[in-house]
Amino acid sequence: MKGGRAVHVAGVGLHPFGRFDGKDVTRLGQHAVREALAEAGVGRGGFGAAFCGTVYTGVAAGHKVLSGLGLSGVPIVNVEAGCASGGAALSLGAAAIASGQHDRVLVFGMEKMPRGIIRSSFFPPWCEEAGLSPAPAYFALRARRLMLESGVTREHLARVSVKNHANGVDNPFAMFRKPFTTEQVLASQVVCDPLTLYMLCSPNEGAAAVVLSCEPGPVGPPVRVLASVLRSHRPGSVLGEHTPMSGLPGAEPPTPTETAAREAWEQAGIDPRDLDLAEVQDTDSGREILSVEELGLCERGGGGRFVEDGVGERTGRLPVNPSGGLLSKGEPLGASALGQVVELAWQLRGSAGPRQVEGARLALGHTVGRGANASVVVLGR
Amino acid sequence: MPPIARRWYPDPVSQVPIHPGLFTLPGDPRGPRLLAARCPSCAGLHFPAGETCPYCGTDGCREEAIGAEGRLWLWTAVRTAPPGYRGPVPYGFGVVDLPEGLRIVSRLASAEVERLREGQAVDLVIEPLFTNDAGDEVLSFAYAPREAR
Repeated sequence: MKGGRAVHVAGVGLHPFGRFDGKDVTRLGQHAVREALAEAGVGRGGFGAAFCGTVYTGVAAGHKVLSGLGLSGVPIVNVEAGCASGGAALSLGAAAIASGQHDRVLVFGMEKMPRGIIRSSFFPPWCEEAGLSPAPAYFALRARRLMLESGVTREHLARVSVKNHANGVDNPFAMFRKPFTTEQVLASQVVCDPLTLYMLCSPNEGAAAVVLSCEPGPVGPPVRVLASVLRSHRPGSVLGEHTPMSGLPGAEPPTPTETAAREAWEQAGIDPRDLDLAEVQDTDSGREILSVEELGLCERGGGGRFVEDGVGERTGRLPVNPSGGLLSKGEPLGASALGQVVELAWQLRGSAGPRQVEGARLALGHTVGRGANASVVVLGR
Repeated sequence: MPPIARRWYPDPVSQVPIHPGLFTLPGDPRGPRLLAARCPSCAGLHFPAGETCPYCGTDGCREEAIGAEGRLWLWTAVRTAPPGYRGPVPYGFGVVDLPEGLRIVSRLASAEVERLREGQAVDLVIEPLFTNDAGDEVLSFAYAPREAR
């Protein structure tokens, strides 16, 4: 990363995303951690610190994972940053390598989400009683705005879902591996108009881990972290992921995704037009389009056109969510950002199997959510 | 003359706001209003009203009763009761632009999404949303499309 030592992804591990009754979150995390450490050829004493991203797991979540494996003793930092928790953990780990504080660190994230619409301790009780808290309703308002300002249609929203579910068919780590047609997506149950059931991702369970190192790992062509940035919201936007009850009309401050992206291009020293693929937040299909706009992968207001032209299809100029995205993988908050990093590392090594984007050299990961928090990661080889 | 049978009268229903300090109560001479606050430094409005400005951090924000009417910007309908919600479903949900210079997230009095449109005039209503465990009617706020009333 700019101004510091190179940060390599020396090993990766992933527990599939899905529902795993009878397997607790600590075991999910241990599965991913063991894989990443084994791939990096690292054991006890082989990493100087551990950073764990999770939201719903409770006290000392990362400590439990490493205690059970006999790996405690190093500093273990548990990080909560909503949907960007794994990205937050990664940015701390990458900074520790780049600065020379540690030569190797372990970064992991895991989650076992409650079922149904996610209840959060974020809102005061009266907001929940008054019906002002449901996440899908906020998603729907942002999607409605895309329809008003970005030329997005219901068919475009459906097409994003069709694309991601088609991609997910080839992903053994995804929860949903069934393709849908546009008609099926549009005809599925309306959750919050204009969003239907198949346009929304499902909260679930999973874990992901990476070993970061100042040197390349033993497996595959070296993959480097070129940027890992976390940003929070600036006040003023009523539609921000910090979900205020009010905001100001007129010129809006840049979103956390926009500010994180700008910093990431700077840190990596890249032009986003050179990206070969992107894994972006797609908690609903409107969110994917908004993410593409906020990241500057198309112009503001150009989201409808981006979908219409098929730019983000697997065969398009910039494949977006070739893994199937959260729409097919499901969303375990603490694991989702690092799940992207694992997928992107496979893509850059050329080992993504049927999901492989040929010749991928520069890849983007993005998550955004409650807080508000946005994380932007650039990996390259 | 036989004694007059004592008629049974129900207790008058008492009404309580869902949370204090959010809006004016029935009988308030100002009419239905939201209780926002304006910053003495940057002049920005915020809701619910707090002492400190969320935009610039200045203390000493002053309450302003606003939002009798507005224009609808964005809308949807919630069809399944979210956790903790105690009112009826489906219900409308949206963002309303107030002429005083504030955008409000609010319940809408109509869930007929196909009849809502951008820029539509809406009026603030303070009305019962549910009955609490003590038997009180719990008041909350919503914006009602003017044409639909």
